[in-house]
Amino acid sequence: MSALPGIASIAAMALYAAFFLHAESQAQVLGLVALAVVGVPVLARVGWIARTATSLEAHPLAARSASVAALAATIALFHDQHFVMLMLASVALYSVACLGLTLQFGYAGVVNFAGAAFLGVGGYTSAVLGPHVPHALVLLIGGLLAALVGSILILPILRTRGHYAALITVAFGILFRSFVEVNDALGGPQGLQVKGMNLFGWELNSPLRDLSFYANYVFVGLALAAAAFVLVRRLERSWVGLNLDAVRLDETAAAVFGIDVARWKILAFTCGNFFTGIAGAAYAMMTGFVAPNSFTFGDSLILVSIVLLGGLGSAWGVPLAAGIVLIVPEKLQALQEYRFLLYAMLVIVILLARPQGLIARPAREYFPK
Amino acid sequence: MSEALLCCSGLSVRFGGLVALDALDLEVGSGAILGLIGPNGSGKTTLFNVITGVYRAAGGRAQFSGQDLAGMTPQRIYAAGVTRTFQRSRLALPLSVFDNVMIGNHRRLHHGLWFNLFRRSELRREFESNLAKARALVATFSARLAGRMFDAAGAFSMIDRRRIEICRALVSEPRLLLLDEPSAGMTHEETRELMDDLLAVRSRLPGLSIVIIEHEMNVIERVCERCAVLNYGRKIAEGSYAQVAADRQVQIAYLGTE
Ligand SMILES: Nc1ncnc2c1ncn2[C@@H]1O[C@H](COP(=O)(O)OP(=O)(O)OP(=O)(O)O)[C@@H](O)[C@H]1O
Ligand SMILES: [Mg+2]
Repeated sequence: MSALPGIASIAAMALYAAFFLHAESQAQVLGLVALAVVGVPVLARVGWIARTATSLEAHPLAARSASVAALAATIALFHDQHFVMLMLASVALYSVACLGLTLQFGYAGVVNFAGAAFLGVGGYTSAVLGPHVPHALVLLIGGLLAALVGSILILPILRTRGHYAALITVAFGILFRSFVEVNDALGGPQGLQVKGMNLFGWELNSPLRDLSFYANYVFVGLALAAAAFVLVRRLERSWVGLNLDAVRLDETAAAVFGIDVARWKILAFTCGNFFTGIAGAAYAMMTGFVAPNSFTFGDSLILVSIVLLGGLGSAWGVPLAAGIVLIVPEKLQALQEYRFLLYAMLVIVILLARPQGLIARPAREYFPK
Repeated sequence: MSEALLCCSGLSVRFGGLVALDALDLEVGSGAILGLIGPNGSGKTTLFNVITGVYRAAGGRAQFSGQDLAGMTPQRIYAAGVTRTFQRSRLALPLSVFDNVMIGNHRRLHHGLWFNLFRRSELRREFESNLAKARALVATFSARLAGRMFDAAGAFSMIDRRRIEICRALVSEPRLLLLDEPSAGMTHEETRELMDDLLAVRSRLPGLSIVIIEHEMNVIERVCERCAVLNYGRKIAEGSYAQVAADRQVQIAYLGTE
């Protein structure tokens, strides 16, 4: 398998994304959505998507270079547009959070419908510690606090299975939101201001040359996403990844072969929340405020739908799905409330055409050539 | 203390009012092959489930190599050297043949997070040596299967899946192997082949004890030195196949007549 199908697909996606981000009128946006709705199933039918996936798997270096080139081109093209830069940074940071969810849900099979609450733990950490503590440390603490809160939540999750475990996380998400809403020290319903990020003296809120200041957050977001991506990938391609899969697929069989089911669920849940907490801390610094309304059950569902849309356990699927889930509704502003209807229909159509998600998770290769 | 590797005495298991195992006494010596037979629902699988820690005994005790199994988790029992196959195959179907075999090799692998994430060259060596080992083991059962180590287990026939399951149970070189109807659904020829392969592996692992649940009587006759017969959770006969087959109670249990 040559690298060509993979590179061609990445180029085509970047081009499509550029047109989509550039589209001014609703007619253009709707036309592009329609093109994708018709085009993607056709491409899947003729086997192009599967070829793209195997090609990217077989040529990781080419895949990485092409992705970087596509991203660099997109950034260069839209470098001064706040909206596009904000979107790209959001996609990058949501990818970090959803890679965390992939560890939990995709690998270990631990459902988490409280993703937004863990983003919130990170966000409120930024709000409270931002003025006092170096921001690299704030990001780290945001992640650690989310992991810590999660390690308490995992106890009841371990005692239940299936729907009940899911329900516990739903309840926790609601609990978190109510907690910050009634807590005056955390700003109550109005929330809190968050200082812009300052990394080792670099003020991210002051723009470089003619770039949008959001471009700075794009860079930081991409760095975090790349790190999360590499970590998740390495974890999957190791005995740890094997243990997580074994736990997800059959707990009894796993236990009979010495696999400590609780240990691996705790590990996946904790690491996943660590990622989500960091993403939440960075995101809050970018948007400049945190409020209970940003961390609702609906926001948790958005995170879960990104993971499902991308393909459960598929690391490449995450940024792609995050792009669709975050950007499409924004571009459909003129449809007002109907945009969510259209967007929901779009997600359903995609999942009908590709039940495995946009990029189905490939078989594990421990050390690909 | 007896010299038996596995020693059950008065072992009982209940599910509500149902007595699945009723004060069972059973010994398996080191290196022995014991056949376990009995009509449907007589408690054979239940015995495997208590030995491997999946179910808890309601009474009596089971000892493995002098250790009481009662307080042990399935994980510790595995680490002590007991592995099994399942009556209804329980492979991780989306995972590769290699992955499935490696699940059985858990106690020989390094599971530290730091090791797996950042000591990739050491992990690679561990991966390669285990791949060679798994491939050799699978090859004793089927060369064709050994050539497809990275195909999903779900892509293979039931018979191949059983072979994979047996390899998963053998790869860690256990001291006691529990086989729950390994030949179910196979033709005579396939069963014969499977048993020959199993005996070949055993000849390389001296001291490996096997308990095999089987409905196919000629399998029992051929591979087992001794067999025990269960009926309604009780052991009704034990001895060589010829002795057991001649037993009046066994005939009644199987034929269901007075
Ligand atoms: N988890 C369980 N809950 C309730 N009853 C059970 C459970 N497992 C087994 N039983 C019951 O215990 C009895 C023994 O079952 P077991 O599976 O050990 O029989 P078996 O000898 O393996 O039969 P077969 O030859 O059909 O596999 C049966 O009556 C069965 O219904
Ligand atoms: Mg049975």
